[in-house]
Amino acid sequence: MMKLTPKSATLIVLVALIALSPLLFPSNFYYRVGALIFVNAIAVTGIVILTGYAGQVSLGHAGFAGIGAYACALAPVHLGVPPALAVVLGAVLSGVLAYLVGRPILRLHGYYLGVATLGFGILVTMVLTNERALTGGPDGIEVPDLGLRGLLGDLGLSLSNGQFWYFFSGLCMLIGAWIALNLYDSPTGRALRALHGSEVAARTVGIDVARLKLRAFVISAVYASVSGSLLALQNRFVTPDVAGFMHSIEMVTMAVLGGVGSVLGAIFGAAILTLLPQVLTVFAEYEQMVLGLVMILVMIFLREGLLPSILKKLRGKDE
Amino acid sequence: MKTTTALATLMALGLTTPALAEIRIGASISATGPAAFLGDPQVKTLEMLVEALNAAGGIDGEEVTLIHYDDGGDPNKARTFATRLIEDDEVVAIIGGTTTGATMSILSVAEDAEIPFISLAGAIEIIDPVRPFTFKTPHTDRMACQKIFEDIQARGFTNVAMISGTDGFGASMQAQCKAVIGDYGLTLVADESYNPTDADMTAQLTKIRNTEGVEALINPGFGQGPSIVTRNYAQLGLEIPFYQSHGVASNGFIDLAGADAAEGVRLPGTALLVADILPEGDAQRDIALAYKTAFEEATGTPVSTFGGYAHDAFLILTDAIARAGSTEPQAIRDAIEQTTGLVGTTGTYTFTPDDHLGLDLSAFRMLEIQSGAWTTVE
Repeated sequence: MMKLTPKSATLIVLVALIALSPLLFPSNFYYRVGALIFVNAIAVTGIVILTGYAGQVSLGHAGFAGIGAYACALAPVHLGVPPALAVVLGAVLSGVLAYLVGRPILRLHGYYLGVATLGFGILVTMVLTNERALTGGPDGIEVPDLGLRGLLGDLGLSLSNGQFWYFFSGLCMLIGAWIALNLYDSPTGRALRALHGSEVAARTVGIDVARLKLRAFVISAVYASVSGSLLALQNRFVTPDVAGFMHSIEMVTMAVLGGVGSVLGAIFGAAILTLLPQVLTVFAEYEQMVLGLVMILVMIFLREGLLPSILKKLRGKDE
Repeated sequence: MKTTTALATLMALGLTTPALAEIRIGASISATGPAAFLGDPQVKTLEMLVEALNAAGGIDGEEVTLIHYDDGGDPNKARTFATRLIEDDEVVAIIGGTTTGATMSILSVAEDAEIPFISLAGAIEIIDPVRPFTFKTPHTDRMACQKIFEDIQARGFTNVAMISGTDGFGASMQAQCKAVIGDYGLTLVADESYNPTDADMTAQLTKIRNTEGVEALINPGFGQGPSIVTRNYAQLGLEIPFYQSHGVASNGFIDLAGADAAEGVRLPGTALLVADILPEGDAQRDIALAYKTAFEEATGTPVSTFGGYAHDAFLILTDAIARAGSTEPQAIRDAIEQTTGLVGTTGTYTFTPDDHLGLDLSAFRMLEIQSGAWTTVE
């Protein structure tokens, strides 16, 4: 029998989880939670490419999510484009901005990207908050309907809003994961991992370090943007919170918690951090504390993140 | 014995369907986060009212259960919790949305599921255009502007200056004031703003002081900003009449600004703040006093206008359920819309198919701070 590559195995696991989980849902509410997990997972997959593959840290990725989200709110109204195209528009804009921000900075070593993205994220939030005439200010703005659910309904496939977003976000996450996994084994991916290991060594063997880091940054910005777009289209309403600093931190935390080096691990992290607040509603006041504690414990005992460490234990490959 | 304990535990965890009929009311409120000073009294109010109602026999003998979640003011969380309340907890109605952002998120979920929803947030967008299942209890910021302009007009002034916070509340009220100022024949001669986290607004106030012919000053905003503006106003020795918004209608504002600085400040507020000094025979006196006494006894903290919004939402909802004689969301919605002359702490509510706020300007009282206490202006 043919042995499964890690890539196909990951994708099969994801497909099975998306398809079979609804069988266990006690109510339609869980479709909403599932959809949120998938939307977060898309952004976190971008973080895997940036941090896990290329070893760069961004503290402002929510800024790109904000651009994607507001593109879906504004472009259909002001430019008359359909919402689906607005997703693409937002992604292109995020990619271009990431290129402009990243190009000068990624030539430098160290934590400059972290600081620059931190500033970038805050700038985006400020613009979204203060340009009230355009963005609706801190109270937020309504987002038009994607229209795909109605279209499916006309074709005879009628889904509830929750179900539609569950399967649609799930599909988008699968595509995102598939691209990220392909990238991992591509020459670019190998070069990225090489420069993660040692920039000097990578440069010595002829890798254009700055250009590759920039490419990873732009790709991950597009992931964040698409995630923001899907969130906005699903919620039908968006406020500047989506671009906020806490959202950026959340993305990085999800990736680190689950295992920043692996796509499946990062998705696992997104699932846990999206589910926990729902489970912890009883202890709402202690939610942040519990999250912080989980994070500290993972960092001390399971440095590679939850999933990779657990898998390693299961395989008995103790170091 | 063991089985009953297990069963009781399961019931407590909400894992089995209780056999008794009960009325499940949901709430998504910002008990923590930046809007906690609004949401915290709202949660406490709802808990207190549910307990009191059940102790008095519930609605037609049926117990009311309150299921509330803390959305932290995050619209994304609010939408998730609204979905959870409707799909998982199967509530018959939702109260909440402390902030406008959270409200707008809950609104589309409630409208889709056709569940009555009473918001506790200010913006006019919530009920304009009217949506069939969405109602709200607080006045709009436009009404606050109108009340202030009425008072300025009555005092014979025409040139008005405004200094607004850039937070959601301040920015929204600033825009609404500008929209209606023309109706009162007043002129806006200075329009300044500050960030909610600023620690000093002397520069903006100096600019206003140096503006030719300013006769009155308005400060739309909430949180700590207005207290600082008030302090700076006093430090600069400004003497033009000073109006705050209903966003700071609590004793906390007087404490933060200082009674000396706040002397003579006027703002449009609700009967609740002046419950003690309302004349006998005032329609709102009894209910405002009753809520104030009960809340202060139960929590040990002074009553606030924001908790009053939750009080009124609960009152409207339970009144409607009792009149509908049913827990069908559609029947409850219809009953809410037929509410006529229901006296609450914020005002007297009369809903119609075209008006899902149900208050008019008379619900606002023009209050003035004198010697650190609220008084009414006639």
